[in-house]
Amino acid sequence: MPESAGLLDATELPRLFDALRERGYTVVGPTVRDGAIMLAELGSAAELPYGWGVVTGAGRYRLHRRSDTAAFANSAGPQSIKDILHPPRARLWSADRTADGVTTTGPDRPPRYAVIGARPCDLAAMAVLDRVLSAGAYPEPIYTARRDGVFVVAVDCTEPAATCFCTSMGGGPAATGGFDLAMTELADADGHRFVVRAGSPAGAEVLSALCVRAAGPRAESEARAAVAAAADAITRSMPDESLPDLLTGARESPHWADVADRCLTCGNCTMVCPTCFCTTTEDVADLTGEHAERWRRWDSCFDLDFSYVHGGSVRRSGESRYRQWMSHKLGNWQAQFGSSGCVGCGRCIAWCPAGIDITEEAAALSAWRRSERAQPCPP
Amino acid sequence: MTEPVPYRVTTREAETADTVTIELAGPVLPEFRPGQFAMLTAYGIGEVPISLSGGGSGGRLVHTLRNVGAVTAALYAAGPGEVVGVRGPFGVGWDLASARGHDVVIVAGGIGLAPLRPVVAALLARPADFGRVSVLIGARTPADLLFPADLRRWGRHAQVEVIVDRPADGWAGDVGLVTTLIPRAEVDPAAAVAFVCGPEVMMRFVAEALRRRGIAEPAIGVSLERDMKCGAGWCGHCQLGPLLLCRDGPVVRYDTVEPLLRVREM
Repeated sequence: MPESAGLLDATELPRLFDALRERGYTVVGPTVRDGAIMLAELGSAAELPYGWGVVTGAGRYRLHRRSDTAAFANSAGPQSIKDILHPPRARLWSADRTADGVTTTGPDRPPRYAVIGARPCDLAAMAVLDRVLSAGAYPEPIYTARRDGVFVVAVDCTEPAATCFCTSMGGGPAATGGFDLAMTELADADGHRFVVRAGSPAGAEVLSALCVRAAGPRAESEARAAVAAAADAITRSMPDESLPDLLTGARESPHWADVADRCLTCGNCTMVCPTCFCTTTEDVADLTGEHAERWRRWDSCFDLDFSYVHGGSVRRSGESRYRQWMSHKLGNWQAQFGSSGCVGCGRCIAWCPAGIDITEEAAALSAWRRSERAQPCPP
Repeated sequence: MTEPVPYRVTTREAETADTVTIELAGPVLPEFRPGQFAMLTAYGIGEVPISLSGGGSGGRLVHTLRNVGAVTAALYAAGPGEVVGVRGPFGVGWDLASARGHDVVIVAGGIGLAPLRPVVAALLARPADFGRVSVLIGARTPADLLFPADLRRWGRHAQVEVIVDRPADGWAGDVGLVTTLIPRAEVDPAAAVAFVCGPEVMMRFVAEALRRRGIAEPAIGVSLERDMKCGAGWCGHCQLGPLLLCRDGPVVRYDTVEPLLRVREM
């Protein structure tokens, strides 16, 4: 932790909200809704999920009351920073017929969002989305505009879930970059407070508007210990080998049929995944045909129509669609964008209605491959 | 790049019962090279990727398209004066540089001839730069043959062979699959390159026949088709294993994709 670490009392959070709003940001953060920790525009810091915790497992996500007042000790919810920066639905353009052709209007200018409580796995996901949507030959305008304007208040993860495996994907539990402010939450006998550090000039400027004391060595060491304990608490992991090689070598594995027996091809994993970026478009017109719009919405490679070309879909079977998703995420992503597509947040495990666990499937493929290699050569 | 540029249809020429060639004029876009594609919008209906079959610079684009779905039906019906939206150019086109000084085999199946038409035009425009040119074309029936006037013109400077699956009355030409024409290509296989476009299964058989003829897989270019919603690498639909075909294709070297095409439902 840098020397400049400060200490922010929890009672100072409303002032942080005010400071962000005064600087033109729309504040978004976690709050309890529909039995889950959801992301929403927050009117005040009082809407944060103080005292709520989460228990997850394969196909399981439950809120529970904590014994303390911690606001961010609730692991990854069904939404992520992707929902803010790469929204589920967006209008790409609208067009009106005119006397001499067509006049086209581009996407709406997005608000500048301040995301409070971004998790380290979200920051890792944002770095992945940056590569996919902003770093190519054609920067995607909606993501890029939202990303350029965003102010990120990250919170180090001190409360990982049973489904987490960020330590084996490099996604956490500490926030290491991509934030304007990063905080470690401490809620114990010494009170509810945050050890805070700035990650950008904009972050330092916001911090200067708040009542920040020097953290001191004790709070800093407590913060470090809380994050280290989180890392130790993570039990799931990916096989310790090259995942792109594993997935390439497992294209014809019979294990895909085994997964397909359980997979409902519902696409939940792709909706909750903080890096799944696929979209489709829908064009609409008014009754006169004089006004047309193109809308974009999230799509899923589990949808049969996703691979439709004239004559039929390329990936008709469930096993081919699960293979596409997992092979893309852990393998082909590397060739396409120069990074893994998985940050180890575990959302796909918790929100799979069949409880399919990507780490277990990777382990099964790895075991299959080892057994294939062990086969003696044919005579 | 997300908003289509309005272009106007200047000419519309029926090619076959379900295929039309439209010429579009509009604001100048970056130059389209042979094999690259545009995303064409029928306003209020949708957008589809369509390769260039001619033009490509100076605000003039030529597309040949088949009426097979809602968007292509609207584009098929668009007559002179109508406005369609254009985005592009997208993708990697045919590697014409690799053909310099070599004999060239062009193999087309059905509408696959459309993206190869600018290639033949480019080869025949600079005969000194290339060796012999052999154009092998397969169609379902004689009535499905595209660009008959072009074929007659090309035949004066290149070998042009045509074969149909199903003959009609008065057809005196070959009947069968386009692969049967490959042994007849008048080229030196050891120093030839091939450009192939057609249905995927046809391209696999053609590549195999070319290989048997002595043209190595790295010298074979194929143009692949997948669903595309954006053309720019954002929508994820056009994946083929490690490739995003809108960005890394649609034209790819056959040795790159052969292992991918071999896997079912990849």
